[in-house]
Amino acid sequence: MNTLIMRAVAPVITALMALFSVFVLLRGHNEPGGGFIAGLIMVSALALYGIACGASAVRRALSIHPLCIAGLGLLFSLSSGLPSALVHMPYLSAQWWVAQIGEATKIPLSTPFLFDMGVWLVVVGSITAIVLELEGEEEQD
Amino acid sequence: MLSAILSGFGLAILAPVLNRCAGAKVGWLLGLLPAGLFVYFARYASAIATGGVLRQSTPWLPQIGVDLSFRLDGLSLIFALLITGIGALIVVYSGRYLAGHRHQGRFFSFLLMFMASMLGLVLADDVISLFAFWEMTSLTSFLLIGFNHLRAASRRAAMQALLVTGLGGLALLAGVTVMGLETGVWSLSQLLESGGIVRDSPLYGIIVTLVVVAAFTKSAQTPFHFWLPNAMEAPTPVSAYLHSATMVKAGVYLLMRLTPVLGGTAGWIAILTVFGAATLTTGTLLAIRQSDLKLILAYTTVASLGLLVMLIGIGSPVALEGAVLYLLAHALFKGALFMIVGGLDQVTGTRDIAMLGGLRRAMPITFAMAMLAALSMGGVPVFVGFLAKESIYRATIGADFSVALTAIAMIGNALMFAAALAVAWRPFAGVKRVEILKNLRDPPLSLLLGPSLLACLGLVFGILTGPIGSFVIAPMLAAMGVTPTHPHAALWHGVNTVLVASAATMVLGLGTFMIIARLRKGFAAALKAIGWGPDRGYDQFMAGLQGLASGIFKIVQPGLLRHYLIAAYAAFALALLAPFLFLSVSLGTPDFAAALGDSTLQDISALGLAIVGAVILLAAKTRLIAIVMLGVHGSAIALLFLLFGAPDLSFTQFMVEILSVVILTLVMTRLKLDAVDSRTPSERLLDGGLSLAVAIGIALVLTAITQHPLDMRLSEFFAQASATLAHGRNIVNVILVDFRALDTLGEITVVMTAGLAAIALISLRPQRAAKQRDVEEIQPHIDLAPGEER
Repeated sequence: MNTLIMRAVAPVITALMALFSVFVLLRGHNEPGGGFIAGLIMVSALALYGIACGASAVRRALSIHPLCIAGLGLLFSLSSGLPSALVHMPYLSAQWWVAQIGEATKIPLSTPFLFDMGVWLVVVGSITAIVLELEGEEEQD
Repeated sequence: MLSAILSGFGLAILAPVLNRCAGAKVGWLLGLLPAGLFVYFARYASAIATGGVLRQSTPWLPQIGVDLSFRLDGLSLIFALLITGIGALIVVYSGRYLAGHRHQGRFFSFLLMFMASMLGLVLADDVISLFAFWEMTSLTSFLLIGFNHLRAASRRAAMQALLVTGLGGLALLAGVTVMGLETGVWSLSQLLESGGIVRDSPLYGIIVTLVVVAAFTKSAQTPFHFWLPNAMEAPTPVSAYLHSATMVKAGVYLLMRLTPVLGGTAGWIAILTVFGAATLTTGTLLAIRQSDLKLILAYTTVASLGLLVMLIGIGSPVALEGAVLYLLAHALFKGALFMIVGGLDQVTGTRDIAMLGGLRRAMPITFAMAMLAALSMGGVPVFVGFLAKESIYRATIGADFSVALTAIAMIGNALMFAAALAVAWRPFAGVKRVEILKNLRDPPLSLLLGPSLLACLGLVFGILTGPIGSFVIAPMLAAMGVTPTHPHAALWHGVNTVLVASAATMVLGLGTFMIIARLRKGFAAALKAIGWGPDRGYDQFMAGLQGLASGIFKIVQPGLLRHYLIAAYAAFALALLAPFLFLSVSLGTPDFAAALGDSTLQDISALGLAIVGAVILLAAKTRLIAIVMLGVHGSAIALLFLLFGAPDLSFTQFMVEILSVVILTLVMTRLKLDAVDSRTPSERLLDGGLSLAVAIGIALVLTAITQHPLDMRLSEFFAQASATLAHGRNIVNVILVDFRALDTLGEITVVMTAGLAAIALISLRPQRAAKQRDVEEIQPHIDLAPGEER
């Protein structure tokens, strides 16, 4: 699969898919999308890159072990439930803030978004880890 | 009291660091804590002696009513004093005994952990905490027996002790739970007042059985006695501390503690007396057979524990008085003798009775202390052992079956006296036999302090009968709900049957000692002729258990993915079809024609694509084509979802299909599967039939479901609430991250765990090869503790 065309095109497609993945993640609350789907898109992107350029190239690009990403995601999701304790609400109750930037721009921020980002990271990390493990031997430490 | 226990655990954590910093004096330094705790508990002695009971309680699990509560009364006080007092001496002793050992810090850590657990065990008032501490003593005992973990014998002994005492721990948990449910109280203090309820309960038999199994395994009663001699694999300070003076007494403690609750019935008396007497006899006979000093002591410990259980079983005030005195005497003389044997071993390099002799001139202090301890063990007058033996004989003479019990006690005591002399006299008397070392001398102070102090105390307590009566016997008996018999322990009661029995025991003991070498040969031959013992039985049991486990494993886990899938899908098909076969679920009359009439061209082409995919999949010659066709089929289904207005679902399905194709292809190449399917026709038939069953099941279920009007309440709620309550218009996502976020949290945890497991499985083979290489490299570095090599 690592033909010249594939290797030339793969990074571009991967970058586009990664961008699309983030887009799907961000729009998820109101339009079709969300952390899980976005995560799968990101994995597809990385898998494509891995098929074209080899698993070690993906590992280098990620720079941390994919399982660390998954662990980080789980931590995100777990901790997104904590702020509700400050206002004496049950674990994982959604909290919202609206960040005011300039005159007209309002960006609503929320703990469900943090949670969704955790889902995204877990899916990306776990499945990428499996795919990379299957694509090639892990480098010896 | 909680802080006393926690301080032990705290120091256990610090011990390895202190060990590195303090150097040779570490034993003296660490010994300060147990010594301090001894003083702390000793301050309560007078308050307890006048009948006080101290209780402290800290909530632990208030939701289920479990408290960390402690009770200091006569029984727990004496045990606590023994644990901390002997503990301090053992720590000092170990500082020298294991000096220079690579893992001395670890050893101290285990030892202090044990001390804290044991303190917790005797102080605990809540039965659940009692159980927890009980298990912790088993665990620390396991760690200490297996301290020289590179020796196969140590590992086996540690495992054996853990399994046997662990079995008892489970019995204890069951016993106290049944008792708690019967009485409704969960603290010893309240249980002590509910003895009547327990004894009249229909479950009394079960409770007694469970408690007795717990006590018998811990206190090495026949037929569970075999683990204790094997536990002598541990370094000698451990044998002296855990397997003689303290931990093995936990069972005795439990029986004493529960005497007011469970005791006094015919069953209790019979079980304890019979098993105690059997253990006493077995222990002494096997002790005579041994030639290793440490094993002689181990078997006499088994015998002593049997004697204690027998006395508790008899249960009269004078019997309990004897038990209390013997408990104290035994902790003193046996602790001393073990430490002396350890010292001998260090100086001469052997523990074999045949190799030692004539050491009295070279090691006068050791000899003197050994004799003091042995005389107390033999029950010679003016020693505390004598007081104990007087009470024992008064108890057996006053009990039912007095002749038999007295005879058993006399023979047991006589053989123990002979064994004591074998340990304390034989290595020192006669001609010098160890020629290897020219300038033998007494061991250094740190190895002599402990045994000397304990041996001398055996003499002092024998003389100070008054304080012993009021500070030890009376409070301990009070804790067992018994008033002491009037004539307190005294050295002279006049010439009576008891004194005659005592004198006869001593003569018999001396006589046995004279012919002990011949007896040893005889017993050894007899045991060889029998050939089988509980220790062998343990091995057979374990082998049987492992055979059974691997037999079941071979059936349940054949290691063939196809078998697992067949099992899973067969169960799935059964679950789907069972309602239609057995529950007569109505299918109604689905109107397929109308449904087909409503379909658009797009619907029908997507369906056609799915069918084409499935057909090619089935006809595919190679796996790669099959995998791609599976993807085509799935994508066609995703298209249908999109056409029926479920973009989220469709979107996800597309991504899953793409990744499935990628991952399955990778799996195929990585695991080097054959390119073509290698199933036989009959296997294909079975798999095909199973697939068909699942498919029919799903079709039937879906048809049945669509015949009923959908309940839209949830959908309507989410449609309304997601925008107003959760500020989101994508209902699916709002449900996932907000309404049902806890479910999603569980799911992503599963995703992560599955990832971990998959990686472990994929990389299993190369890692195993690497591990084997490591083991081979480690092997040559086996090292042994000083004094433990055989």
